[in-house]
Amino acid sequence: MTWDWQVFLQDDGSGRTYLEWMLEAWRWTLAVAGASWVVAMVVGALVGTVRTLQDAPWLVRLGNAWVELFRNIPLLVQIFLWYFVVPRIFPPMQQLPGFVLVVFALGFFTSARIAEQFRAGIQALPRGQRYAALAMGFTTWQSYRYVLLPMAFRIILPPLTSESMNLLKNSSVAFAVSIAELTMFAMQAQEETSRGIEIYLAVTALYALSAFAVNRVFAFIEHKARIPGFIVAGTGGGH
Amino acid sequence: MLGLDFSFINLDVLQKFVWGGLVFSVQLTIIATIGGIFFGTLLALMRLSGKAWLMTPATVYVNGMRSIPLVMVILWFFLLVPLIIGRPIGAESSAIITFIAFEAAYFSEIMRAGIQSIPRGQVFAGQALGMTYAQNMRLIILPQAFRNMLPVLLTQTIILFQDTSLVYAIGAYDLLKGFTNAGKIYGRPEEAYLIAAVVYFVICFALSWGVKRLQAKIAIVR
Repeated sequence: MTWDWQVFLQDDGSGRTYLEWMLEAWRWTLAVAGASWVVAMVVGALVGTVRTLQDAPWLVRLGNAWVELFRNIPLLVQIFLWYFVVPRIFPPMQQLPGFVLVVFALGFFTSARIAEQFRAGIQALPRGQRYAALAMGFTTWQSYRYVLLPMAFRIILPPLTSESMNLLKNSSVAFAVSIAELTMFAMQAQEETSRGIEIYLAVTALYALSAFAVNRVFAFIEHKARIPGFIVAGTGGGH
Repeated sequence: MLGLDFSFINLDVLQKFVWGGLVFSVQLTIIATIGGIFFGTLLALMRLSGKAWLMTPATVYVNGMRSIPLVMVILWFFLLVPLIIGRPIGAESSAIITFIAFEAAYFSEIMRAGIQSIPRGQVFAGQALGMTYAQNMRLIILPQAFRNMLPVLLTQTIILFQDTSLVYAIGAYDLLKGFTNAGKIYGRPEEAYLIAAVVYFVICFALSWGVKRLQAKIAIVR
């Protein structure tokens, strides 16, 4: 077998090279993953926190139902639901571009996993922290805002890192509804050029590179957010 | 209701379109679980062997697989396997090979954690009884590691079952494809997707409920 990397300099028939197409596809992947990440973090943090409330059983049940719903349906099926079924049931959503619908699908899917992490992180804190905050006269909102969430967030940074990397990898499923991201590019360019191995290698490298970048960003946040004296996973508690 | 019409779904349609797909999805899940646990255990043993020539390839393989999206792995195998064996291969066979290879990486991490959770005294006790490395692993360490990790292994299997829907990328005929095809033929694609979602939900919810029960049971015995 011989390599033919020059395939990336060929014109794809629309005046751009395959390399340019691939880089554009990479931007789509990062855009889908980035926007979904924001949705997943906001919704996940909210749902996960609600599930730890002491005197709101119905909110807790609602949060649990949310997690079960989005965790037990395959991502691909959820993407089809958002793309084909939701606009049919709510006609105003027919105006939304496919990108937004996929971001909802991927964001809500991941929010269930992130909610689970937030719940676990808050429940991992010693019970005394909550009582101490209340004894200081904090409202429930204040005790979460100033005492529980800042600690829980630091505890769950390592699992949040892997969930964020998973989110990036899962963005590849968006190919199924023709979002012009990396996997879509890989499938189409492979068919057009018959240089599948070169194309797949380049796309795989971009995925690995992106996942690695996410990993480094979180390692940096973990380092910056560290509280001296506290043993937070991975830092060994040193200064 | 909402302009949706589910009346096209009956036993006949289910049997004609969906049943075959369900059988394939379940088969793929079971084969990939057994194969994945087998090769995953081997990979875990390689990584814990302390010998560089075994540790390095196993570590590279596991970390490599875990950093690539499953869809890309499915596409890779669909492209490469025919080149390696020199003849075309069906989407279904390709999917089975892919899922064994891919899941082995994830199961190996679970088995590695399981093996490391066994107190070192158990290893020493086995050695003191004169057991070889293989006997020690087979009779003492692995049965306990497997048992400790059973809930996690089963949870991974549920995720695996959901992931089998991604064989969509190479057009294999699975549970989702069964519903998609039925929806297309009867002109009711949205309804078909909704029912597919309900079926996946019921299966996965029931299984994870079972795993939770099992976990509670094991926790008491220990």
